[in-house]
Amino acid sequence: MSLVLLTPLDLAFAALLVLLLAFMSWRLHLGVERRLLIAAARSTVQLLLVGLVLKALFAQTNPWLIGLMALFMLTVAGFEVLQRQKRRFCGPWGYGIGALSMFISSFSVLLLTLTVIIRVEPWYQPQYLIPLLGMLLGNTMSGAAIALDTLTRGAWDARGRIEARLLCGGTWNDAIADIRRDSLRAGLIPIVNAMATAGLVSLPGMMTGQILAGSPPMEAAKYQLLMMFLISAGTGLGSMAAVWIGSRRLFDDRERLRLDRLRPAGSTR
Amino acid sequence: MGLLRLEALRPRVLAPVSLCVDSGELVFVSGPSGSGKSLLLRAVADLDPHSGEVWLGEEARSAMPPARWRRRVGLLPAEAFWWTDTVGDHFPQVEAVAGASGTPPPSDLPALLSDLGFEPDVLDWSVGRLSTGERQRLALARLLAQDPEALLLDEATANLDPSNRERVEHLVADYRASRGAAVLWVSHDPEQRVRLGGRQFGIHDGRLAAIT
Repeated sequence: MSLVLLTPLDLAFAALLVLLLAFMSWRLHLGVERRLLIAAARSTVQLLLVGLVLKALFAQTNPWLIGLMALFMLTVAGFEVLQRQKRRFCGPWGYGIGALSMFISSFSVLLLTLTVIIRVEPWYQPQYLIPLLGMLLGNTMSGAAIALDTLTRGAWDARGRIEARLLCGGTWNDAIADIRRDSLRAGLIPIVNAMATAGLVSLPGMMTGQILAGSPPMEAAKYQLLMMFLISAGTGLGSMAAVWIGSRRLFDDRERLRLDRLRPAGSTR
Repeated sequence: MGLLRLEALRPRVLAPVSLCVDSGELVFVSGPSGSGKSLLLRAVADLDPHSGEVWLGEEARSAMPPARWRRRVGLLPAEAFWWTDTVGDHFPQVEAVAGASGTPPPSDLPALLSDLGFEPDVLDWSVGRLSTGERQRLALARLLAQDPEALLLDEATANLDPSNRERVEHLVADYRASRGAAVLWVSHDPEQRVRLGGRQFGIHDGRLAAIT
């Protein structure tokens, strides 16, 4: 099988379709043309840059540079989680909870994969490490963001019920248990749904990419399976860590519900 | 020796409060809305951050796990919240209470419910069916079923008709006498304060002072 190389002209044709969509949005007063074009431009610049960076990284397999790249990816993912919170935690916690839980889950699953499952030599070979980390972080990010958002919103709305449980002699753990369960479930639903319908409606993005790039379909399917399992483990672990740290942070050492540790909705940093 | 002793307790809007409520004593607190009456009770129950210490007999609050403190010093908030659909879920389970070490046996729940005008089948009712007054009375039942040694009542009879108000007043008086519980009662109703007697305190300009 041969790889069909894309020329800039091919991409320009595809970009024309986006321009057409923007034009229609403008004519129909949908009001999304500006955001659409900015997003398209952003993805163009970001992906081309990543392509360049990866090319350089793959060429030299320098662990420090790879570590720097991984750190950068984690930092951006942390901000993304923060952005998606309606009521985020005040101070460094707002950023820290998301970033820490993603760090714990993504990096542990990544290490396990590289050393036990794929067994590449050296384990930090960027051709495997960077794409795997990207997939893991991207999905853990959504899971942790949804789970944390559900947790803080839930606690905010259920203040009376939580305090009623505290007043009935419950511990902070009893008082937040229901909300914590709902938050975890909300964080896990996207990946569970993705696994349940994988391949029936659409081929997952990674498998599509591999097939287009010339891999045998069975090989692509096996890699996709591996990724899905890793992603669900990473997402689950990340959501659990985020919800656990977050729910603990909602209470102080005297087990009082501390909603003052959350920023009011809508206020900026 | 006072059963419930507030020592320089400082809720958000109040000057430090020191107050001693004896075993079996009833103390009323009144004051305009927003003066901090509820905040005072919340501080005693340790629901909001504040400074100061509270003693129950010889035991300091800070030396007790918060959950245990809130079970022994029971707060009845002005608005009762319920966390599951069935009333009975909110009452301590008999096994659980008997199993916990050092916890006295549960009070007689059917008697408690009938004192408040309910049949025992109220435990199977759905919370959504309850009226405001029923919620308030059941919240008191829920609180007393935990056998607290001190009671903090926030407008305990605000939504009740006269006959139910009388039921609640009787029940609290009985509980106070039989259990020797200290009762700190926030009430808007001047007649109630006169009717039930007890020491009276008022909050003016952020200060708690005795009314003579």
